[in-house]
Amino acid sequence: MLMLAVPLGPAFAQDTSVGAMTISHPWARAVPAAVPTSAAYLTISNTGTADRLLSASAAVAKETQLHSMITEAGVMKMREVKAVDIAANGKTELKPGGYHIMLVGLTDGLKEGSKFPVKLKFEKAGEVTIQITAEKPGAHDHSHGEHKH
Amino acid sequence: MTTVMANTSTEMRYVPMRRAGVERALIALLLAAVALLAGCGDGKPALKFNATDITGASFGRQLALTDAATKTPRTLASYQGKAAVFFFGYMFCPDYCPTTMTTLNAALGKMKPEDAARVQVVFVTVDPRRDTPELLTQYVKAFNPSFTALYGTEAEVAAAAKEFKIIYQKAQVKDENTYLVDHSTQMYAFDPQGRIRLMIKHESGPDAIAADLSALLRD
Repeated sequence: MLMLAVPLGPAFAQDTSVGAMTISHPWARAVPAAVPTSAAYLTISNTGTADRLLSASAAVAKETQLHSMITEAGVMKMREVKAVDIAANGKTELKPGGYHIMLVGLTDGLKEGSKFPVKLKFEKAGEVTIQITAEKPGAHDHSHGEHKH
Repeated sequence: MTTVMANTSTEMRYVPMRRAGVERALIALLLAAVALLAGCGDGKPALKFNATDITGASFGRQLALTDAATKTPRTLASYQGKAAVFFFGYMFCPDYCPTTMTTLNAALGKMKPEDAARVQVVFVTVDPRRDTPELLTQYVKAFNPSFTALYGTEAEVAAAAKEFKIIYQKAQVKDENTYLVDHSTQMYAFDPQGRIRLMIKHESGPDAIAADLSALLRD
């Protein structure tokens, strides 16, 4: 998982902080105009006490939901969650195959390279607006797990 | 009851001796099998796949759906001559499905171009209500222009899913157009002769998939 951070380097220096929280590498999957849904991902580093991400809102989508994803006996199940727990002094990743911010009802897809603001609301740290970049499918194929067991 | 117990314990007493004989026979058999596998082949190593080899499976033998781009009927025979990879999903799926499509595209990129040209990725919608043929075509081509999509009526899709042991079910239904779909995540690969060969797990990476598809083309 740490591999994720390696190739990104200074290009993603636009970390945003709020309270003890630092949000890094926010990205969303670029989708063609015809596709009404996408997902956004980010990494939250917390140097403080435990917190909770309560909501995310973005004007590009009609609705923004926090989702968990589990695979049970080979069946993928996605569910809306009330909050994402942010562990104290740790890193919480929203990433493909796990927690994500689901963007529902995109009006014009998400063009590769486009940026859009998303407001995150934490229970303790409060609100912060971050810029999310839409990235091309494939830019993150390593996140699907090349791990050989 | 007592008799039975007595019999059982009598038998138990004989077990160590019997077991020794059985074990010897088993070891001999095993050695013979190992010898067969290792030495006596025709020099061609047995095919090894990263994915689960399901050659000869009694499912995934038929398909009757419609191609999203051409709106013409498709069966398994339509893909003969290519290694075909079938994946069941839905367009409104924001995470898992695009990730899989991206992985498949990356796998093709890792193959020799002449091999990749002989692979057909087929996305089968499990949400024909919302995934119209036009949207499906745009969707799959956004990942790779060679990808195709299949759709059908609710009944046709259900029949295909059943034949391929794919489970899918609506979840968190808010209204008739707002819902999620839980669905099986495995992919299936067919060889150029049109036989079902591999079940590919969702967590497989592009390298493993590329190697398997290349092997299927040479089988």
